[in-house]
Amino acid sequence: MLWNKGQRDRLLGEIGTRAQKPMKLMEVCGSHTMAIAKSGIKSLMPENVSLLSGPGCPVCVTPAEDIDRILALAMEPGLTIASYGDMLRVPGSVPGDSLQRRRALGARVEVVYSAMDALELAAAAPEREVLFLAVGFETTAPGTAAAVLEARERGIRNFSIFSLLKSVEPALRSLIAREDFNIQGFICPGHVASIIGEQGFRFIPEEYGLPGVIAGFEPEEILLAICRLTGQLARGEARLENCYKRAVRPEGNPLARAVMDSCLQLRRDSWRGLGEIENSGFKLREEFADFDGERKFPVEVELRSDCAVCRCGDVICGRIRPEDCPMFGGGCTPEDPLGPCMVSSEGACAAEYKYRGL
Amino acid sequence: MEDIITLDYGSGGKKSSRLIEKLILPRLFNPALGALGDGAIVEGGERLAFSTDSFVVDPLFFPGGDIGKLAVCGTVNDLCMCGAEPRYLSCSLIIEEGFSLASLEKIIDSMAAQCEKARVQVITGDTKVVEKGRGDGIYINTAGIGFMKYPGLSPKNIREGDSVIVSGSVGDHGTAVMLSRSGMMQGDISSDCASLRELTERMFLVSGKIRALRDPTRGGLATTLNEFIEGGELGIELEEELIPVRPQVRAACEMLGLDPLYCANEGKLLAVAAPEDTEKLLEAMRQTPEGKDAVLIGRVTREHPGTLTIKTALGGRRILQKLTGAQLPRIC
Repeated sequence: MLWNKGQRDRLLGEIGTRAQKPMKLMEVCGSHTMAIAKSGIKSLMPENVSLLSGPGCPVCVTPAEDIDRILALAMEPGLTIASYGDMLRVPGSVPGDSLQRRRALGARVEVVYSAMDALELAAAAPEREVLFLAVGFETTAPGTAAAVLEARERGIRNFSIFSLLKSVEPALRSLIAREDFNIQGFICPGHVASIIGEQGFRFIPEEYGLPGVIAGFEPEEILLAICRLTGQLARGEARLENCYKRAVRPEGNPLARAVMDSCLQLRRDSWRGLGEIENSGFKLREEFADFDGERKFPVEVELRSDCAVCRCGDVICGRIRPEDCPMFGGGCTPEDPLGPCMVSSEGACAAEYKYRGL
Repeated sequence: MEDIITLDYGSGGKKSSRLIEKLILPRLFNPALGALGDGAIVEGGERLAFSTDSFVVDPLFFPGGDIGKLAVCGTVNDLCMCGAEPRYLSCSLIIEEGFSLASLEKIIDSMAAQCEKARVQVITGDTKVVEKGRGDGIYINTAGIGFMKYPGLSPKNIREGDSVIVSGSVGDHGTAVMLSRSGMMQGDISSDCASLRELTERMFLVSGKIRALRDPTRGGLATTLNEFIEGGELGIELEEELIPVRPQVRAACEMLGLDPLYCANEGKLLAVAAPEDTEKLLEAMRQTPEGKDAVLIGRVTREHPGTLTIKTALGGRRILQKLTGAQLPRIC
């Protein structure tokens, strides 16, 4: 623990004093979602402060049609799918169908921790094609780009990426622009901010008049961010504050961004819950076409809408809390999930289910 | 249920329970099996405990142990958790064609060393070889028989106000195996794999009021404690700050996206005992290498029946569920 109990109690006291009116705050990072649930922060909040999860879990914002494409590809003979563990149980448009099920049916699916691990898999098995499922925001995009650059450098031709990479800013803009948007402040994601910098989140107060606080991931750091947000709201201010200075510089990490820019470019992309958003997803640049899994393994799937009863889209946008979904805990559980929020290790429903308060 | 077996059915969590309750128990039911303990207690001339376990660990050799050590300690510990004195083991080897004899020798040596330490003998066995590609190097099944020394251990005997004790730090084995599987730096994280015979013998000597014992293997501490209270009228309240987790294990879990409370242990036990015997037990446990960090971590309560709750270090309270499927590493 970073702080002592007295300091924690003081923070909680201040939050209580400042929250004289209802304040809805949103975190937009899966790691924050999990940290909030695990530390029981919600159970400590005064009645006026509610914490909602936004589109911060990269697996959750991936639409069902993309999962369906991956599931179809998984059965290709000679192809190894390399994926983060989070993706394995995520169902496509057919409940029960997932990479884990496909693996039990004979698909080659390997869990990796990074794009570089996937590249090493490819290097070690030149007779197979290794397709890395690149999921994530600006946090994992530079690592994915670095792996592609290295693959080219080393002449590893049996490696490609299936890009599901997305950018945080356009999603937040799209969310704020919605008519039913009702959030008073943002807990900004510390990991993404370490790449795009404080500058990447200034638009929140400057263009939309909403307070934002960049937060670290210790429970106390999240409490501090909540305290700062309630303070700004109580005083009627809207600024961007950085409470994660040990990792986040104003300009972020220009080197990581340069690596990213050298091989990725923005495109129109589809988000679960938010729909199509201009310039919101990353794809490989033309000169890296040889490493582009979408070109190398084109796949057509029947376009099916997301599961009708699943309300992950509403959860992702903070329109409902996980427990407000009629399927939560009954028709949809981590064992038999209908949507990604219940199975991704950073999903809001998974966090709520696993770390339910009393 | 689904129509095929996925890895989740082997995780020791909810899906494993469902497989046992829906498919196996209805077909093979008898009271000894139906008790769903770590082993079964059978009537005969002498009261016996009988247990079996199969070992399919990847990698076969990991810091702190190997599949042979696990195969002996796992079954010995299951017998100890029944209140028995472990005596005899069977050992069945399923070996994949092409497996190195040197590795096999190392594994059997390791079994021998653990048998000596736990004072048990392997008295029957079997060996099968399967074609290349049909196995994962080697699988081992051991079954064990022990003589009952401390009858009456059962989650049914847990009472309000009882103490919940853990014999040491949790999460070491699961984290060590995950780290060596991922090829990441191991640091000084190693499996806690160990025989608990000496530890339970000392506990049985000092207290007649141990209600239930179990070793939190697959599914970890949180899943095992849920099994103690499931469907009953009592709950358990834990204090996060009291649960020993080694800092390096905590850090590795953070990185891997795992929760130490759900990670497997192979040399730890959880005991529920009468409050008046807590100190005696802790003192006796701490005199053994396996129990030197034994500590009280919570209480049995009448509030929240059937529910395991935890007071977080921050002061919040939340529910700890059973593990739902294999823990999967996360993105970032």
